[in-house]
Parts: sequence; structure tokens; C-alpha cells
Amino acid sequence: MNQPIKPLNILIKGLLLFLLFNLVIAAWQPSVGQFSLYNVFYPGRERLPFGENPKQSYNLSLFDLDAMFASHVIAGTPKADDEFRVIIVGDSSVWGTLLKPEETLAGQLNQDNLNACGKNVRAYNLGYPTISLTKDVMLLSYAMQYDPDLVIWMTTLDAFPLEKQTSTPLVANNEEKARELATNYQLRVEADDPNFKKKSLWEKTFVGDRRSWADFFRLQIYGVMWSATGIDQVYPSDYEKAQTDFEADDSYHDLIAPLTEDQLAINALEAGFNVVGETPMLLVNEPMLISSGANSDIRYNFFYPRWAYDDYREIMTMLSQANGWTYVDLWNIVPADEFTNSAIHLTPAEENLLAKNLAPYILENCK
Amino acid sequence: MALENILILAAASLLWGSLLRHRGRTWFLLIASVVVIFWLQPALPIRGADFWAPLATLVLVVLTWYITADDETRKQRKNIIILLIVAGVVLLLNLTRFLSADFQLLTASRPPQLKTTLLIFLITGLTLLALSRLTRFSASFLTVGLVLTIGLFLLIKIPALSLWLSSFLRTLSGQSLTNVSINDFRWLGFSYVAFRLIHTIRDKQSGRFPSVDVGEFITYVIFFPAFTAGPIDRLERFIKDLRAPFAGLYFETFYPAGQRLLLGLFKKFVIADALALIALNDTNATQVTSTFWMWVIVYAYTFQIYFDFSGYTNIALGIAQLLGIKLPENFASPYLKPNLTQFWNNWHMTLTQWFRAYFFNPITRWLRSWQKPMSIPTMILLTQVTTMLLIGFWHGVTWNFTLWGLWHGLGLFIHNRWNDATKVKAAAWATTPTRQAILNISGILLTFHFVAIGWIFFALSSPVTSWQVILKLFGAH
Repeated sequence: MNQPIKPLNILIKGLLLFLLFNLVIAAWQPSVGQFSLYNVFYPGRERLPFGENPKQSYNLSLFDLDAMFASHVIAGTPKADDEFRVIIVGDSSVWGTLLKPEETLAGQLNQDNLNACGKNVRAYNLGYPTISLTKDVMLLSYAMQYDPDLVIWMTTLDAFPLEKQTSTPLVANNEEKARELATNYQLRVEADDPNFKKKSLWEKTFVGDRRSWADFFRLQIYGVMWSATGIDQVYPSDYEKAQTDFEADDSYHDLIAPLTEDQLAINALEAGFNVVGETPMLLVNEPMLISSGANSDIRYNFFYPRWAYDDYREIMTMLSQANGWTYVDLWNIVPADEFTNSAIHLTPAEENLLAKNLAPYILENCK
Repeated sequence: MALENILILAAASLLWGSLLRHRGRTWFLLIASVVVIFWLQPALPIRGADFWAPLATLVLVVLTWYITADDETRKQRKNIIILLIVAGVVLLLNLTRFLSADFQLLTASRPPQLKTTLLIFLITGLTLLALSRLTRFSASFLTVGLVLTIGLFLLIKIPALSLWLSSFLRTLSGQSLTNVSINDFRWLGFSYVAFRLIHTIRDKQSGRFPSVDVGEFITYVIFFPAFTAGPIDRLERFIKDLRAPFAGLYFETFYPAGQRLLLGLFKKFVIADALALIALNDTNATQVTSTFWMWVIVYAYTFQIYFDFSGYTNIALGIAQLLGIKLPENFASPYLKPNLTQFWNNWHMTLTQWFRAYFFNPITRWLRSWQKPMSIPTMILLTQVTTMLLIGFWHGVTWNFTLWGLWHGLGLFIHNRWNDATKVKAAAWATTPTRQAILNISGILLTFHFVAIGWIFFALSSPVTSWQVILKLFGAH
């Protein structure tokens, strides 16, 4: 055994083992997301994981839908016989930016203890803070395995532009899922859509894909802090209120007035209805800020010039009538000073108002 | 040390240990250590400070060597050669300021102007020259050196003095005082450097200082594997390894070294870094809503600090072994010890040994030498509390480190008294292996939880928050 060490041999052997391990991972692409400590060792999250400052919010953004849903309370809650299960999809206004879980729309509905057809209404927050119909459809298709009795799809015009459909990171990093939606539910996905992030062989290896692996493990670990504190986002003591004064600018995503159906991802809406099938779905045009500040005769808010939004509302009304969709337009129910840091983010009180407005529709749609 | 720093240092050590072995090893260790203290020093907001801090370490080390070395060693010509080479290395690092930013890899920011470094060399050289002109070295030099080192240590550790130092350095470099902070001058490794210097000065005072040249002394004080997180080796022991012929790496020397290194990397970068995400801190201490979860995050901190620190120690020991240096152990399953005294005999062992040798034992001897010695319990209380308070201050002179020191000092005293009062009864009761196991396990659990609660003061910065956490742990808040 008294043999001198040959560093080159050690180096080569070490490198070969390392290479082999990485190639196995690249070829195998194990799907570990479904394994979760949530709902086993600690409670599931009330909303899907999302966060840009994990150390403070005990939450982080990742693109693994399996891991995201496995960490959600819905994955660990078997549907009781007396449960009327409502899932709510949509953007950050549903997810609840600046709102505690119990202050979100889903939280408010749960606090109202609604009873639909003798069953207890239990709402699940499946919103995700990016605005894209295709992203909503993707989450919806995943959520259908949890057997909802009613789907509430909260949306707004900014989710409709074609350019926003696949550019949102959650969709861009889940091309396979998007193509499945295209095959199964006629979602329109371009064959050569450049927004999709294609993984090279290197990005499939353990080292190349280390960010995803780290995110998966961090999500599990932060479950402890979520359970210990109930915190899943940063709540700043002060923030900039939503803008109410604007430049005299009536442009909207390079679209030309009047707004027409072919400029919008109506196909994604249809795919969403295909996904839910026989399950009732409530399509809601969510409340937004209507400004009375500078140039408010041109723009309603930061997102929308008046012409585009008015055309959109008309299109939505016509489409829902033509397709027999249950459509609720709540665009103007919230006063301008009840928005927080964005033209679509409501205060807790107005979330409650929104819940009160939607409650009758929930009760109407039970079987 | 970041992972990439460790991997580079380990690879360099492996290559040297296996290819060149003893050839030039002393030079390699000296030059590598000098370069590494500049390389690891984090960027500082005070202009040039991330270059001056390691340079100050070197100057301090050289001056300490000069006042501690014996006449014969001091006059050896090789010391001048070594000093010139060290100065040359520093100048080369300084000259990287003329390279493009992409190539300034060995310093945290662009090195400062050369003339200031040359001025520091000149002042250091003149000081050494002035000292060399003295016909006889006085013991008072050692006292001055000791006071200066302790003074610098306090300057870094006392928040009010740190703030003053930051303001002073900012003013000196013509920077605004608007964003001045106590963290402006984070002098990497100084806590350990100071303790090694104090150890050598005290050993010199008591006539136990071995004869070492300046290169050996610098290597001992800033030995790169142990520079940032210890262990605190003793000079006599280190020099023995340094001077011993190194036959290079063989399987029986490489495997334990590699094992140590890998174990350390796993402990630090997998376990400790994962636990850090949920470990007790100032923010989450006020956010946790229940007693159960408060225990969880306190446990997380308890294990995080152990795996972090012992992981770094393993890394240091592993890299050092690749170079034929066997640094002393620092941890020996401390959380599995049945009482607090044993915990402290196995936690950060080199630090506790240091305090035992240079504070606890001398002060106990001194107290015993009184004409009317105080009672034994009073003496134990006094010596243990003051020792633990000093260990607390070593980490930082703040209220919370004071409370942490007090917690352990009183804990050690109570254990000592309890043990004295009950050992006969305990021995009489624990007559079967089962009873011995019960006693042992109860002791381990009690000690572990005592230490874990103590960590609350260590982890947090405010006594009020610490107290609230303790109340919550017992369901009282």
C-alpha cells in the first residue's frame, strides 16, 4: 500500500465518474418534483410557489409544475364528500401580491363559509403572478386532476396579446406541457416558437441544470419556514401606489385600433374551456383601476388605453354569448384608491368585496 | 472560504504534495499563505482597505516575530532574504493594478497605488532597523506588543470602536461618512491571527518560545488552510511538522486527507448551508408563530453552527494533511457529551485550550497564591465565568455575546457544584449498565439543550429578542 499518489490518475478517475454521473442524469432526466415534504411533514402552501427574494419570503419561483403543485395544499387535501371544490386561476391579483393567504380571493371565499347545494365551499388559490392565458391554461390542465366542482378563471386584457402567451417563464420552460395542451385541447402553439427554452445536453446534466435541482431542494427546505411563520412573500411596510397620472399615450402592445379577435389569444380561452370539459367554469373579467388623473381620458390605467380595453370588453361579451360561457364582468367594481401597487392588485377589503360579488355565481353553479 | 477557493487550494496542495513533496514545500507554504490572505480578503467599502488589511496582518506578524525571536535567530541573513521575497510577492500583487480588471484575480478590488505600499515597507523596515540597533531587547517590548495586539483586537471587536475606526479610515481615504458602518473594515482572519500572536508573545515571556525564522513564523500565523476558521495551532507543534521531512502523499496519508476534505465539504456546503435557510436569525426569531417551530429553528441553528464550523475544520485539516501538516483536532462529537465541561473539552477545542493555557490556569494559580485564598466555589465561579465571558468577547464585544459567555460560565459552575454534590450518589445509583445508560443519555440531552438555548444569544443581536425566543420555546410568549 506504500504507493506514491499519482494525481493525474486521481484527477482522471474523478473526472470520469463525474462525467458519467452527469450523463446518466442527462439521459434519465429524473422527475423528482412529485416527491415533496409538503403535505407530509408540513402543511402545503396556500398558493403556488413564487418569490424573487427567497431569504425573506421563504418562497421561490421555479418551473417544475410537479414540484409546484406537490407543495400546494390542494395536493395533500383529499376531496371530502361534503366539499364543493373551487379552484381559482389567474394572475398576481389571484395569487395575492401584498396580501396574506387569508386575504386573497380564495382566502376570503373560505372565510365566508359558503354552502353550495349542501356542500362546504373550499376555494384553492392557483393563481400565478404572470399575465398570460396560456400560462393559466397550463396550470388549469394540471389542476384538473384535483377534481374541482367549479373553476373560476380571473382574467384581464393583458393576458390576451399573442406575444405574451409563451414568453412568460413558466410556459417558456415547459414546452413539452404546452405541446401536450396543443395536442389534447387544441391550444395554438407555433412549431418553431422561439420563446421556448430548449435544453442542450449540457443543460440536462446535473451541473448544467443545477439551478433546477437547487430550487427543488430549497423549496422543500423553505417549507419549514412557511410552516413556522405562515409567510410566503415579502410584505413591505411601504410601497409605491399604482400609477394614476399618465403620458398622453394611447398605444397598446403595438396593436392597432380597433381591437379584433385575431389580435388576441382567443384560442387559449377556448383551450381553457376544452380543458375543464364538463366542469362549470366562471370566466371573470377582473377589477382594474379606473384613473381620474392626468390623461385619464386616454388611459384607464398603466396597462390599458381606453380604446383597447373598451374593445376588449365588447369582444368578451360577444364571445361569451356566442359560446355560452358564464362570463362575469367586474371591471369597475373597485374604487381607484383601493388598489395597492398595481392597477389590478386590490386591498384586502376589496378582495372581500370581490368574493361577495362572486359568491352568488358559485352558489348558482353547484349541482 | 467559498467552494471554488477551497477546491483550488485543495488541488494546488494535492499537486504539490504528490509531485514536489518536500522540495520547496516551506517556500510553497509561505508564498501560498501570503497570496491567499490577499485572495480571500473580501471587498471592503473603504478604498484600498481590502489590500491594506492583509498587508497589516503581515506587518504585524513580522514585528511580532522580531520582538519574540532570540538574538541569534533574528540576525540570520536568511530572514532578510525571506522578508525580501515576501515583500516581492506583495509588490507583485500590488502591480496587478496595472492589469485589466479581468486579470485582477488575487485581490478583491483593484490594488491601491504602489507608493503607499512602498511607504509601508519603508516604515516597517525602519522600525526593524531601529529595533535591531538596540543592544538589548527589553521585556517591555513584549508587553507593548501584547497590549497593541489586544488593543487592535478590541478595536475590531467593540462596535463603538469599530465604527470609530471605519470613520477614521474613511476620512483618511477621503470618503464620505454618510454610509459609515461597523462592518466597513472586516479584517479577515484577524481573530485567529491575534490569538496566535498573543500565544507566541506569552510563550516568549514564559521562556517557551522556540527558535524560528521569520518565514516559519509567518507560515505558522497565516497558514492558509487554517487562516479563516482555525484551528489555533501551537507554534512548537506546527514547526515540528513543518521541519519534518515530508515524503509526499501515499495511499495511507492521502485517504485520510481526502476523506477529511470530502467530509468537510459535505458538512459545510450540503448540511450547514441547507440548515442556514431555516436556522434562527434576527428576522425569523420574531416571525415564528408556535413553540414547536421555534424549537425547530433553534435546533436548525444548533446543528448549522456545528456542521459549518466543524466542516471548515475538516477542510482545513484535510488540505493541511495533503501538505504533510497535521493540524490539531477542533471538534470531537461535542453534542454527544453528557455534561457541559465535556462539551467544552470537545467544542472548538483549540480555542478552549488556548484560554485554559493563557487565562484560566494562570488566573487560578494567581488566585490560589493569595495569602488568604478565597473559597473554592467562589474561585471556580470567578474563573469559569470570566473565562467564558472572554470567549464570548472573542466573538464580539456585544451584550448578546456577553450573555452567551455568562450562560456558559454559570452553566459550567453549576455543573461543577452539582457534580461535586451528587457524584457519590450517582455512582451508587448507576450500578447497572441500564442505569448508567439512563444517566448518560439524560446528561447528553440536558447538555445539548442547554447549549442549544445558549446559541440563541449567539445567533441573535438583541437580548430582548433572545428573551422572547426563550419564552416562546417554553410556551410563555
